[in-house]
Amino acid sequence: MSGNGSSGFLLEARNITKTFGDLRANDDVTLALKPGEIHALLGENGAGKSTLVKIIYGSLQPTEGQLLWKGKPVSIANPAAARALGIGMVFQHFSLFDSLTVLQNVALALPPKSNMAELSQRIESVSADYGLPLQPDALVADLSVGERQRIEIVRCLLQEPQLLTMDEPTAVLTPQEADRLFVTLRRLAEEGCAILYISHRLEEVRRLCDDATILRQGKMVARVDPKQETASSLANLMVGSEVGAVKAETRDRSGTAMLELRGLSLPTDDPFGVALKGIDLSIESGEIVAIAGVAGNGQAELFDAISGEALCPSADMVQLAAHACGGESITARRRRNAAFVPEERIGHGAISSFALSENVILTHHAVGSGLVRRGLINRTAAEDMNKRITETFDVRKGKPDPNAHSLSGGNLQKFVVGREIARDPDILVINQPTWGVDAGAARLIRQALIDMARRGAAVLVISQDLDEIFEVADRIAVISRGELSPAYPAAEMTPERIGLLMAGAHEHTATSMAPGA
Amino acid sequence: MSAIEAVILTIITASTPLLLAAIGELVTERAGVLNLGVEGMMIMGAVCGFIAALLSGSATLGVLAGLVAGVAMSMIFAFLTQTLMTSQVATGLALTLMGLGLSGLIGESFTGQPGVKLQALAIPGLSTIPFLGPVLFGHDLLVYLSLALTGGVSYVLFRTRLGLIIVAVGGNHHSAHALGYNVIGVRYACIAFGGACSGLAGAYLSLAYTSQWIENMSAGRGWIALALVVFATWLPKRVLIGAYLFGAVWIMGLYIQGLGIAIPSQLLSSLPYLVTIAALIIISGNRTITKVNTPACIGQPFAPER
Repeated sequence: MSGNGSSGFLLEARNITKTFGDLRANDDVTLALKPGEIHALLGENGAGKSTLVKIIYGSLQPTEGQLLWKGKPVSIANPAAARALGIGMVFQHFSLFDSLTVLQNVALALPPKSNMAELSQRIESVSADYGLPLQPDALVADLSVGERQRIEIVRCLLQEPQLLTMDEPTAVLTPQEADRLFVTLRRLAEEGCAILYISHRLEEVRRLCDDATILRQGKMVARVDPKQETASSLANLMVGSEVGAVKAETRDRSGTAMLELRGLSLPTDDPFGVALKGIDLSIESGEIVAIAGVAGNGQAELFDAISGEALCPSADMVQLAAHACGGESITARRRRNAAFVPEERIGHGAISSFALSENVILTHHAVGSGLVRRGLINRTAAEDMNKRITETFDVRKGKPDPNAHSLSGGNLQKFVVGREIARDPDILVINQPTWGVDAGAARLIRQALIDMARRGAAVLVISQDLDEIFEVADRIAVISRGELSPAYPAAEMTPERIGLLMAGAHEHTATSMAPGA
Repeated sequence: MSAIEAVILTIITASTPLLLAAIGELVTERAGVLNLGVEGMMIMGAVCGFIAALLSGSATLGVLAGLVAGVAMSMIFAFLTQTLMTSQVATGLALTLMGLGLSGLIGESFTGQPGVKLQALAIPGLSTIPFLGPVLFGHDLLVYLSLALTGGVSYVLFRTRLGLIIVAVGGNHHSAHALGYNVIGVRYACIAFGGACSGLAGAYLSLAYTSQWIENMSAGRGWIALALVVFATWLPKRVLIGAYLFGAVWIMGLYIQGLGIAIPSQLLSSLPYLVTIAALIIISGNRTITKVNTPACIGQPFAPER
């Protein structure tokens, strides 16, 4: 390739250091990419991947170090400068505007002079060409997560990038959608585009990537060829020690249904929400049932209906320990010894400006944990309880009883899960138990769920992470557009079968997969 | 002049300041900023406009002074909320309180003095048509400007790239920043536009609605304008309907009182609020339109990472 300098590298980041106060988010990191290469950037949460990518995309400026583009030193002042060079970015948390159309979202990322009618045609042709069909006039809020990601990718492709950065692109996709994405990415690489690929899914990194740079606590610890490694050797490099597997023993079937949903139907009054349609599910004590599904298919609504945040039209629809609870409040359901862990840790699972001990009281006040007597709070008991929880679940914190917002995401998640498990509930419903949590904390949480079930609790896990589901679940059901498939024994399920169910295969008896799910 | 003509003219006069202030606040809120200081910016526009016109003898200079006063007030708000990251709600309330107090102080010696009246633009030929002439073509500059601004804002917001950027900044400031837009800059500009419109609305009160300065003469119109924006689901055409409906019901109430019909005056004076709220609730029945047009980031501070 001409114009790539003597080194032949498209992009080099040399000795990048970025500090935020005392924290060295990147510490002397060096990364180099050639045109046409798919390069993985690996590391745990907080290892500094996002910081490095933001520096390359111009959202952050390095404290020290040098970026070279085609062999020449450059400083990338902002994302617009990065795009002008030919650097495109697909964000982990989509940078889309829900209330705008696909066309408007794309136009915002392109230079001002683009003609809307022309652009609309280009979106259709480019998206069809790369197998990522899009309707330019569709409102983003009405689209599935997979379709939203297509917008991000098509938006980048229209800028004809020479380097495409993707942050966790498959976290929200069905296995089939991920396969289609890989075909697109390989084709882009063949056309000479370099791809910087961030993922926690090590198997797909091994399938897709030619080269991998591994970060740990801000430092570059290895550069390897992922095809020569195994998923566990990559994981060990990321964590710096052996990552143990979660241990699951076979369970005894006790046969008492603890959590039952009978024809749970719930219309939604939110125009962007999902209505639940005739959901049936029964979970016995000692069993973990996992619900897989792509985000936005009714998981939040289902969780709300079971926990009592949304009341059901008929009490029979939700049965906890053989009591019809569909019309009961959350507190009443907690008194039936059920516990609930919502998806959002902050604002839903915990109040950020409250101390941890106060957050303990929020879900324990009415359930006989002895924290409230005659309407008065026993703070000492709450602090003791918090101490027990944070020790058992290895919640790392600066002082004994900090405010919730001072904890990192993974540690707060351990606290929120631990708080509910500390009640020793008979029924636990948990939505995205390890979302955004690193490998060590995820293992701890998953093991805790399994241990709870083995002690006789009924556990319902709602998750988008198939690896997690296969690790913990005894039976697996799939939610799609507000409908739930039957729960099949985990041994009978494969990622491919789950993918078909995610795409809505159970909704119709037809064998063909719905297009563009 | 017939009675109907007179009623229509008073309705237009009563509605114009509401429309001006509301259309400015609409743009501010579309960019994700809640400025509760409309009342304060308006009253400062009124007092500065009045004094400038009185001292210079030119109503046009008065209008300009009102605009500048509104912008100046809004820039205090912008600096505090966008640069120093203070709470938008508290700062907006403080701006209103400050405006009311400061305008009373500045205007003390001008209270009750006869001022300069903003004259109607005479459009040769058209203004003299019977009935239609005075009703359509016999108004001052600010009446036409308020209508032109409504159309212009609607066009810019929904048909141009500038509008797309404003809506994007108000819809998701993190995304807008990630795409390389200057969120704080766009918000400064939209706050200034809101301040200019509020200042003009104030100048209209002290130069056209009445041509004198009275302390607290904005009399809650800034709050009504704020409410109109929300009830109109951030759509300019609904703001126009709301402002004129409010003006119409209010003036009709005054006429009914004048005719001596036995309806309690408290009921009549609450009627404009009730009718406008009812009407706007009915037209905003489509929840998708409401949700799509609500600026999701309204009132939230934005600080870019460094």
